[in-house]
Amino acid sequence: MTATQTGSAEIRPDHTPRRRRRAPLIDGVPRPGPVESIIKAIVLGVACLLVVLPFLGILSTSLATPEQVIRAGGFVLFPEGIDLTAYRSVFAGGAVTRALLVSVFVTGVGTLISLTLTAMLGWALSRRGSIANRQLLMLVLVSLLFSPGMIPSYLVVQRLGLLDSLWALIIPTAVSAFNVIVVRAFFVGLPQEVMDSARIDGAGEWQTFRYMGLPLAKPVLAVVGLFYGVGYWNAFFNALLYISDAAKWPLQLVLRTYVVDGNQIGAQDLGTEAALPPQTSLQMAILVISIVPVLIVYPFLQRHFAKGMLTGAVKG
Amino acid sequence: MTTTVERPSKTASKSTAGKSKERRRTPFWRRVVRDRTVLLLALPGMAVIVVFQYVALGGNVIAFQDFQPYLGIGRSLWVGFENFSILFNGDPEFLQALRNTLVITALQTVFVFPAPIVLALLLNSLVSNRVKQAVQSVLYLPHFLSWVIVVAIFQQMLGGAGLLNNWLRSRGLETIDIIGNPDTFYALITSQVIWKDTGWATILFLAVLSQIDRSLYEASAMDGATRMRQIWHVTLPAMRPIIILLFILKLGDSLSVGFEQLILQQQAVGLGVAQVLDTYVYNNGILGGAWGVSAAVGLVKGLVGLVLVLVANKVAHIFGEEGVYRA
Repeated sequence: MTATQTGSAEIRPDHTPRRRRRAPLIDGVPRPGPVESIIKAIVLGVACLLVVLPFLGILSTSLATPEQVIRAGGFVLFPEGIDLTAYRSVFAGGAVTRALLVSVFVTGVGTLISLTLTAMLGWALSRRGSIANRQLLMLVLVSLLFSPGMIPSYLVVQRLGLLDSLWALIIPTAVSAFNVIVVRAFFVGLPQEVMDSARIDGAGEWQTFRYMGLPLAKPVLAVVGLFYGVGYWNAFFNALLYISDAAKWPLQLVLRTYVVDGNQIGAQDLGTEAALPPQTSLQMAILVISIVPVLIVYPFLQRHFAKGMLTGAVKG
Repeated sequence: MTTTVERPSKTASKSTAGKSKERRRTPFWRRVVRDRTVLLLALPGMAVIVVFQYVALGGNVIAFQDFQPYLGIGRSLWVGFENFSILFNGDPEFLQALRNTLVITALQTVFVFPAPIVLALLLNSLVSNRVKQAVQSVLYLPHFLSWVIVVAIFQQMLGGAGLLNNWLRSRGLETIDIIGNPDTFYALITSQVIWKDTGWATILFLAVLSQIDRSLYEASAMDGATRMRQIWHVTLPAMRPIIILLFILKLGDSLSVGFEQLILQQQAVGLGVAQVLDTYVYNNGILGGAWGVSAAVGLVKGLVGLVLVLVANKVAHIFGEEGVYRA
């Protein structure tokens, strides 16, 4: 493209500077006019600002000095100085620290269990021709179509004796039928010759899965794992239903109590004797702690979801 | 009788495929032994799905019981359709929840549903791919935040001591009372849904848009179509199947509006505007102990959703559309 354009410029007889000629169509669509471009830029710019601004404000307020927060009456957009007292108080070992540990445990262990079960089930369902394969696949697919309802789900968890146990935050949501279908689609799409060659070399079913299937599935398992992880981290509904003991609350419930409902955070709750910064600073620090892990995995998620998740799901 | 007639023909048609003929000869127990590893691999995952989906689904029978937790399903008394009488007798609290649900669903259909379509068209019309990707990265992000965080963010932005009111105060202007105000509640929750999920929802539309045959645009441009004309005559028709599909699925969800979102904000604004069917089930069943009645409401809600999807799918077929599935 560029080469031909510079070429034609050289041949031109007069050397008067002229605007570089632009193609009238881009992929068959006429170029946007200036008015349209400006309107679009404004709309998208405002939309992005509406997303970014709150994050900036929350981070700034959590870092701002107590004096500035009090002077501003709550919310600060540009901190004048950095003050980490809010974070120090929140991490002092009280309710918030405990909740953070609960959330980390549930997210870590939950993601591990979910990935293991999903990979195993996805592999098993991809083995067409094995016994009851179609029936099992139907069971998984049909389960996507309904939800048993809040009270029946609660009764099952109660019956299993999982109420007020951290396992109630993991086991009921451990296997997502959708993710199983995605992983199965990946295994079905693998060239069967590779699997057959392993079998000819004497690998049994387990060895084929463990040493051929799993390593090949790493990319898709990474995406599925990230989705599980974000799901566990964000889970609020299950914790609300199943966990009444405040000592076992995950971060999302603590966030609700202290930030959404605005209950006073005392030094006792945080397990510290030091003087506390303003409530707003503490609230924003808790908010930042619960957002940051999502922000960290977000770039990895983002790289994959457009292609990986969708193609896998559509092919299923 | 019918089955015995059908069976020979089935075997006949299947035996044409040599593989299944051979499979048929292997005895059942031998196939179990042969596939034991596959079965073992499937077992834990299947167990979770069966217990928490299918067994739990069976728990809906308590809608027909005077359920007492200490008696369990086995020993609770059966009361027939008594629990459902609340649906027909016009219990004011239930009617209120139903009305609120329908209002919120209507608002979401009008304002939330088209938003990602418009945004997808906007993103798709961007010339620069880098700008497009940057905007996408920013706008997808809120989807990955929990409702607790989203509600907290909105409070901090729009609440009494929030960013907006602080700014208004610093200018000496009147502050606006948005959080905890029943009059603005529906506008607030609608904008929360738009903020959280519009970006993410474009992903399916953009996937469809990228598949449109470019020669259609070229041909229409040759015929003198402007950009707007191209959207109307090329882009939107190509998006029609996915729009209809998502609309049908949305219909199935029309009686369940954001449980987490509403339960979080109920306290501040009151049940009068913020009680919906899902929170009704939670407040009266799990918290209030009216198990049977709440389960009945939940069951009817689920069935209505299912029927809506089936009917809408049928209607789509009548109008010659693909719909969600073909039976």
